Amino acid sequence: MGTEAMFGLTGKDFVILAADGQAAYSIIRLKNDADKIWKVGNMLFACSGPPADTANFMEFIEKNVKLNELRTGIPMSTKAAASFTRNELAHALRKGPFQADLLIGGIDNEGPSLYFMDYLASSEKVNKAAHGYGAMFTLGLMDRYWKPDLTEAEAIDIIKKCIKELETRFIVDLPGFKCKIVSKEGTKDVTL
Amino acid sequence: MEAINLAGSTVGVLAEDGVILAGEKKTTSKLLDQAKQHEKLFQLDDTMFCAVAGITSDANILINRLRLTAQQHAYSFSECMPVEQLVTSICDLGGSVRGALGGDYKQGYTQFGGLRPFGVSFLVAGYDTHHGFQLYHTDPSGNFSGWKSYAIGVNNNTAMQIMRQDWKPGMKLQEALEPRHGKLSFWLRELTAKVLVKTMDTASPTAERLEFGIVYKTPEGQVKLRMLKDAEINKLMADATPKEGEEAAASAS
Repeated sequence: MGTEAMFGLTGKDFVILAADGQAAYSIIRLKNDADKIWKVGNMLFACSGPPADTANFMEFIEKNVKLNELRTGIPMSTKAAASFTRNELAHALRKGPFQADLLIGGIDNEGPSLYFMDYLASSEKVNKAAHGYGAMFTLGLMDRYWKPDLTEAEAIDIIKKCIKELETRFIVDLPGFKCKIVSKEGTKDVTL
Repeated sequence: MEAINLAGSTVGVLAEDGVILAGEKKTTSKLLDQAKQHEKLFQLDDTMFCAVAGITSDANILINRLRLTAQQHAYSFSECMPVEQLVTSICDLGGSVRGALGGDYKQGYTQFGGLRPFGVSFLVAGYDTHHGFQLYHTDPSGNFSGWKSYAIGVNNNTAMQIMRQDWKPGMKLQEALEPRHGKLSFWLRELTAKVLVKTMDTASPTAERLEFGIVYKTPEGQVKLRMLKDAEINKLMADATPKEGEEAAASAS
């Protein structure tokens, strides 16, 4: 969990999420192009942690959100999805916890929302967030450069700065960062 | 179904800016403790309430269930439950995402277990951001549908006929409260004349016998739900009465 890097921030009318592409087993790098950002409904969920837990938990959430959409005919709002996800983490916490840290991004009627959620089921709506040791490097940079109503270009620029910093100063070499944006038009990949 | 058709008449009307539910209480007596008297209209959530016709004890179970479901939804999703979803939950096989519950609701009771169905019909009125103001009717079979105007209980057919003529799209709450009242009180009079209520003064439908509730939006855009106070009800009924006089005169001549 610590050696994975995930971060995200809100823009004018979009949310951008970035996550490293490393899938490791002990000291072996199994994959350097892993995609840790899940498309759930019309939202993006970036999830880090042991692949067993993240896959299990994310598939569960993904399908439940889908079921809800089918039953009600309405897409789930980011707030509702975040609340539901947090609840699932909270229920499991004192039984068999999911070791999953999440960043949830989506667009609602009120605008873009980014939720920081961790494996202890804490959840906060924020403008910029990061998980893992990488957070120690990226949060400061995001604090320095973030401002309200960022354009996509500006936001991507900040993400690039963050990745550069990790490459420079983080002892763990994290390859294959994936970056995605969610906006009113839907989700799309960003080539960095 | 029989119990429901003999229950106190209950009417719901959908207006552009709100929904009204009104019901006639069957059990009025000088000895009844008025303060605790909630027989027809029940609040389910901040944005939803319902009117009941049928077996009260059955209704209580379902109302509890509706309230619980609404709160469970708010707990999981940090959002008020949409009206249609709440209605479906009581009609179908339990709405919990975490899996079906045993002893499924209304429909379940018609198909499984050798139990009898709930002898209750509901009119559920409420607001949500997806579909605005809504009015639904449910029956013991677990069927439900959305309505612009509906009546259950005694003389519901008569009431429906009148409403068929009088309901127009674009009606606003105030307007809906009045002309419909005119009909409501007219029809209630007819109904009370038919129903044997010896202790009542049948000439004047008063707040004692009626419950009225509305869900509406304030000018600031906040959704509010409230039961009308006795004074308001009496005024509405009084306003409606002169019209009645004209109609009675018209039909007499």
